[in-house]
Amino acid sequence: MNSEGHTLLAVEGIVKRYPGVVALDGVSLDLRAGEVHCIVGENGAGKSTLMKILAGATGADEGTITLDGEPVRIDSPVAAQRLGISVIHQELKVVPELSVAENILLGNEPTRPKSPFIDRAALLATARSLLEQLGESIDVTRRVRDLSTAEQQMVEIAKAISRKVRILILDEPTAPLTDHEIHSLFGVIRRLKAESVGVIYISHRLEEIFEIGDRVTVLRDGSVVDGAPIGSVDRQTLIRWMVGRELEQEFPELEISPGEEILRVEHLSAGMIQDVSFSVRRGELFGLAGLVGAGRSELARTMFGADRRDGGRLVLEGREIDPRSPREAIDCGIGLLTEDRNRYGLILEMNVRENISLANLGALTRGGFVHRRREAAVAAEYSARLRIKAPHADVPVDSLSGGNRQKVVLARWLFSMPKLLVFDEPTAGVDVGVKFEIYTLMGELARQGIGIIVISSDLNELIGISSRIGVMCEGRLTGILEKKDATKESILSLATQFRGHHASVA
Amino acid sequence: MSPNAHHGRSRALAAEFGIGLALILELVLFALLSPHFLTAENLLNVSLQTSITAIIAVGMTFVILTAGIDLSVGSLVAVVGVLTTLLLAGIAPVGVAFPLAIAGGLALGAFSGLAAGTLVTRFKITPFIVTLALMTIWRGTAFILTGGRPIWELPEGFSLLASGRVAGLPIPTVIMLVVYVSAHIILTRTRFGRHVYAVGGNLEAARLAGIRTHRVITAAFVISGTLSALSGILLASRVNSGQPNAGLMYELDVIAAVVVGGTSLFGGRGSIIGTFIGSLLIGVLRNGLNLMNVESYVQQVVVGFVILLAVMIDQWRRR
Repeated sequence: MNSEGHTLLAVEGIVKRYPGVVALDGVSLDLRAGEVHCIVGENGAGKSTLMKILAGATGADEGTITLDGEPVRIDSPVAAQRLGISVIHQELKVVPELSVAENILLGNEPTRPKSPFIDRAALLATARSLLEQLGESIDVTRRVRDLSTAEQQMVEIAKAISRKVRILILDEPTAPLTDHEIHSLFGVIRRLKAESVGVIYISHRLEEIFEIGDRVTVLRDGSVVDGAPIGSVDRQTLIRWMVGRELEQEFPELEISPGEEILRVEHLSAGMIQDVSFSVRRGELFGLAGLVGAGRSELARTMFGADRRDGGRLVLEGREIDPRSPREAIDCGIGLLTEDRNRYGLILEMNVRENISLANLGALTRGGFVHRRREAAVAAEYSARLRIKAPHADVPVDSLSGGNRQKVVLARWLFSMPKLLVFDEPTAGVDVGVKFEIYTLMGELARQGIGIIVISSDLNELIGISSRIGVMCEGRLTGILEKKDATKESILSLATQFRGHHASVA
Repeated sequence: MSPNAHHGRSRALAAEFGIGLALILELVLFALLSPHFLTAENLLNVSLQTSITAIIAVGMTFVILTAGIDLSVGSLVAVVGVLTTLLLAGIAPVGVAFPLAIAGGLALGAFSGLAAGTLVTRFKITPFIVTLALMTIWRGTAFILTGGRPIWELPEGFSLLASGRVAGLPIPTVIMLVVYVSAHIILTRTRFGRHVYAVGGNLEAARLAGIRTHRVITAAFVISGTLSALSGILLASRVNSGQPNAGLMYELDVIAAVVVGGTSLFGGRGSIIGTFIGSLLIGVLRNGLNLMNVESYVQQVVVGFVILLAVMIDQWRRR
């Protein structure tokens, strides 16, 4: 049993205040050598702030951190590294133009004796042996930009090992990975455990915590609610600790009665998308399933005019439309809530109000001038309706947590008054409480007669909320399942139809 | 006014606070060092001297807010000055020549901006390269048009544009104030202004929110070109001639003013008020050093250090 290792790291009474918010209010926890300590909590619970403090990205206002029983100061990322603390962020910090080996040994390049020249042979050999320790066989001469996300993550972990990592912090590492890749990541984590590395593992996916964790600590509103060895808690208890109340069900009852057809897609082709046809009815939640890279986001972007369409027709409310840009699509009544809200959704320099009004600013503009009081009223209205947790609508959106940021993007699209709204991975990196709110909201929109398309990699979610599910594989729509026929198995068999060999989702 | 909106405004003002403080310190310092500094006549003189680059800095702010850069502004000053004076000298009745020459000069500036914007958005060439090319193209054109010699024979009255006064203020100062107030209103109150910030903050997210990003970027370059042309005409009037080597290195002075004013070179963050203070900071510095008879070579060194200092203070304050 690894959890009997000595205490590696202990934080005590950590307080961190931001203007108007107490992000951490006296948090204490410890990490033993060779254990995986999972930290869970809703967005805004303070997980990211805690990680930033451990990584040296920001300082705590109060509290102590001890490593091997000695008090330490982590006042910069370099200090964290010297202490053997490495963080694998959600957004990977690799240098895309450099090779795998160069990335792994970045800043630690072996040089020829008494010279400034890099010893290339040693560089490649060292990188190779580090990857071998992880059981990985990536060609170390490849450029990192050509690697998959999972491989890039391995490069980062190898980099951490090269720096004699003692504490590895993984922040939502599995969000961009396929099940197969998650499986091999867990293999790597187990190897590190065996070598007495302490792992702090942050994730929203509770099933992962039960698979890989030894202990779990739950944060809520900047405080530790409770913690326990994994073996002694169940899923319901964790959820109750996280949200602070009993959550009876994961998916709301969405009383949906689909009406007439609102959108018809006929023989759509674009890039990898080949001959896709389907239709969505008013008030329907149409799910789109498929493996990563099956072309779901590409299909959404094409319907939205963001990518060029090669062929096929789009019919909205009985009339053919031809959106050539997002602007034209929005004017037709289509909205797209993109995946990766920070990259494709939000303007992080702007505040909540400006982000909400962005796609429909025209409705608040007269003679070119933005009507500021009406804009403030709209921001206040949608913030209240979606329960966006922000001190007020003029705070910068980058001060909000992931779930609240997602709500801001949602508010933007609700305010654009669409007839058809496409959600691309709307609940990625969002906690259970907010997920439930998003599902409920989708139900409300559907009842108002809006057609909804949901793209999601979470099959439970898709099955839980969709009235029909279209399944894509390699750019083609391989089938449409009615709610009663939709099971994980039926979806996966359609999603892997063209893959004769192994199915990477299992 | 809701308390929230009020809060937002005070935060925006705080952003200019540091650099504003630097300007005040500078004013106090020169007032103590030189008895001539704090006279009405000298201050009007500063405003006149600063106005030429300060007007260009407004256009540069638009471009930099979209995450671009415009290196062509100094050469545009020259080629527009040359074109305007050529038209003035060449067209017969003065009554026709004036409006035509000025319109022609402004049109050339707008055209240059349109060309830059089109090359950046449609042909996907980075703003740095596009405007670097335009910079040498316009400089060369200015020399070709004049055969390398300044244009002197101008109708009487042209110099009044720069030397005349309205309500006691030099005309260029008045123009500068009008440009700043308009630009501030456009950036803070209009939809276009909002789109400028959005495009510079996150280009792809702005496009996916339905903003016509190509138009916004092109419009920023057109504004920059037109305001450079305006400055070119004012400068030609001030020296009462068309000089092909006018406006040399203006692009660097202007970029310095914008950056000192707190606008981010990565786009999406900055303000016209900041640019105004940044322009004044550098203009006042030059004037003060002149009054103290500091040699011009030494002035360059001092200005360089002050730019660094101002940006360092700004960085430090942001933390």
